[in-house]
Amino acid sequence: MTTKQLSVFVENKPGRLAEITKILEEINVDIRALSIADTTHFGILRLIVNNPEAAESALKDAGFTVSLTRVIAIEVQDEPGGLARALKHLTVAGITVEYMYAFITKKENSAYVIMRVEDNQKAIDVLEANHISVICGKDIYDM
Amino acid sequence: MPNYWNEAMECMEPEKLKELQNQRLVDTVKRVYEHVPFYRKRMEEAGVKPEDIRGVEDLPKLPFTTKADLRDYYPFDTFAVPMDEIVRIQASSGTTGKQIIAGYTQNDLDSWDECVARGLTSIGVSRKDKVHVSYGYGLFTGGLGAHGGASRVGAAVVPASVGNTKRQMTLLRDLQATTLCCTPSYALHLADALQEVGLTKDDLNLKYGVFGAEPWTEAMRAEIENKLGLKAYDIYGLTEVLGPGVSMECAERNGMHIQADFFIAEIVDPDTFEPLPAGEEGELVFTTITKEGMPMIRYRTKDLTVLHTERCACGRTSPRMEKIRARTDDMLIIRGVNVFPSQIESVILRHAEVEPHYMIYVDRVDNSDTLEVHIEVNEDTFSDQVKKLEDLAKEISADIQSVLGIKAAVRLVEPRSIQRSEGKAVRVIDKRKLYK
Repeated sequence: MTTKQLSVFVENKPGRLAEITKILEEINVDIRALSIADTTHFGILRLIVNNPEAAESALKDAGFTVSLTRVIAIEVQDEPGGLARALKHLTVAGITVEYMYAFITKKENSAYVIMRVEDNQKAIDVLEANHISVICGKDIYDM
Repeated sequence: MPNYWNEAMECMEPEKLKELQNQRLVDTVKRVYEHVPFYRKRMEEAGVKPEDIRGVEDLPKLPFTTKADLRDYYPFDTFAVPMDEIVRIQASSGTTGKQIIAGYTQNDLDSWDECVARGLTSIGVSRKDKVHVSYGYGLFTGGLGAHGGASRVGAAVVPASVGNTKRQMTLLRDLQATTLCCTPSYALHLADALQEVGLTKDDLNLKYGVFGAEPWTEAMRAEIENKLGLKAYDIYGLTEVLGPGVSMECAERNGMHIQADFFIAEIVDPDTFEPLPAGEEGELVFTTITKEGMPMIRYRTKDLTVLHTERCACGRTSPRMEKIRARTDDMLIIRGVNVFPSQIESVILRHAEVEPHYMIYVDRVDNSDTLEVHIEVNEDTFSDQVKKLEDLAKEISADIQSVLGIKAAVRLVEPRSIQRSEGKAVRVIDKRKLYK
């Protein structure tokens, strides 16, 4: 029930993101979602792609430091309060979200939210018990 | 009119000085052979007996002592007197993060004060002066060394120590100190700080600057003199041998006078270790001939310089050494602190299972030394969470500070972004250009 996310260490230098996306283009990998966490000197690029393993090995071959992390994707209603309801349940259960990012899907009126938590299974149990739809990685890769 | 603190010793005729050195060397060698198992072992290995050493000419028969020896025989096994006789311990950094220490008897401290007092007097400092000491007080020999010498002269000493530049400026302005003792880079830092708060050299009353503990150039001397309105003098020393005051420039500024009744200086070829004549560049080696607590026999300083033995225009007969031209090892002096790249490496290794590629950058920005360590992020250290990466950098930085005593900025960089060198790995880039 988890989704594989690629994390790439990127120094704040011109052209680095262009280079990464170019590599993905060359191996015909499609990006589903991305976010960047930035600090003064470096950033972490987080990617959900259609073929995480291929992307990982291509980026490693190109000399990047890459890790594959399992994250949770949930589907929320694309309306005020949609995300708030999901997060409320996690808060009640004492689960901290390390980071998250969202994207609108091709499906009408719904959005996907990617969440990074310490204990995936615990979070999934809480979410599902509260009727929040956790998306299978495969469904996102093939989107 | 030259100023002497101890004219009999400072201007002793060369023949008499040599006689004194011979006698004190013979006595020292006897003492260390009897009381320091480390020296006895070394001498036995070299096949030398105390009676083989009859004077300075026999010095080359004795084995060298290195910083590694002091580390191996840490803490007390190079001491030559029982602990009852030791009244002070000072410390300096060693090659593997382990510090080395020096022990002093009361006589040693008196000799130290005498050395510094001679130096201060030779540039014109007297009991009428106020001496502001901005070397660090504590284990580092700078603060207490300068303090002791200035007190011996009878000057009013302001033990300001390091840091809190604002307060230092207020003290310099309000107390009108005539003499400033600190590292040359701190002197420049102070000068710039003065400018920032709208003070000029005319608000101060500085006449003499005694700067050491790190290499500095003639250009820096000119800049310090220009900005602080004083005459700047170089002082040299090392904890293993004594501390600051082993040698110092006189008013002639024609090399640093070595206190030859306390120390015998040699210059040796850094590759063959054969003694070199005066005037030739080589590694500076010291033998202490009065020290009781921790005598040093042919201690290799790893500093490259040149000795001059002709009488100085000031009238002193002691040999003079030029400014240090280079080091024979990879030791860096950053903000007056001895830093070995291996110390930084060992900290990095504590935080990563796979040795990351790293580079140490040393620079001087706004007259203050900066230390920056770039570490390539590898799969072992990488995390998808910013906080973990930032914590890693912070922890390494804090550990470096606790080992070295100085701040280091740690920056995580991409793999393969640090240039690889062919052959011997280059781990340090020092942009300061401190040597000639």
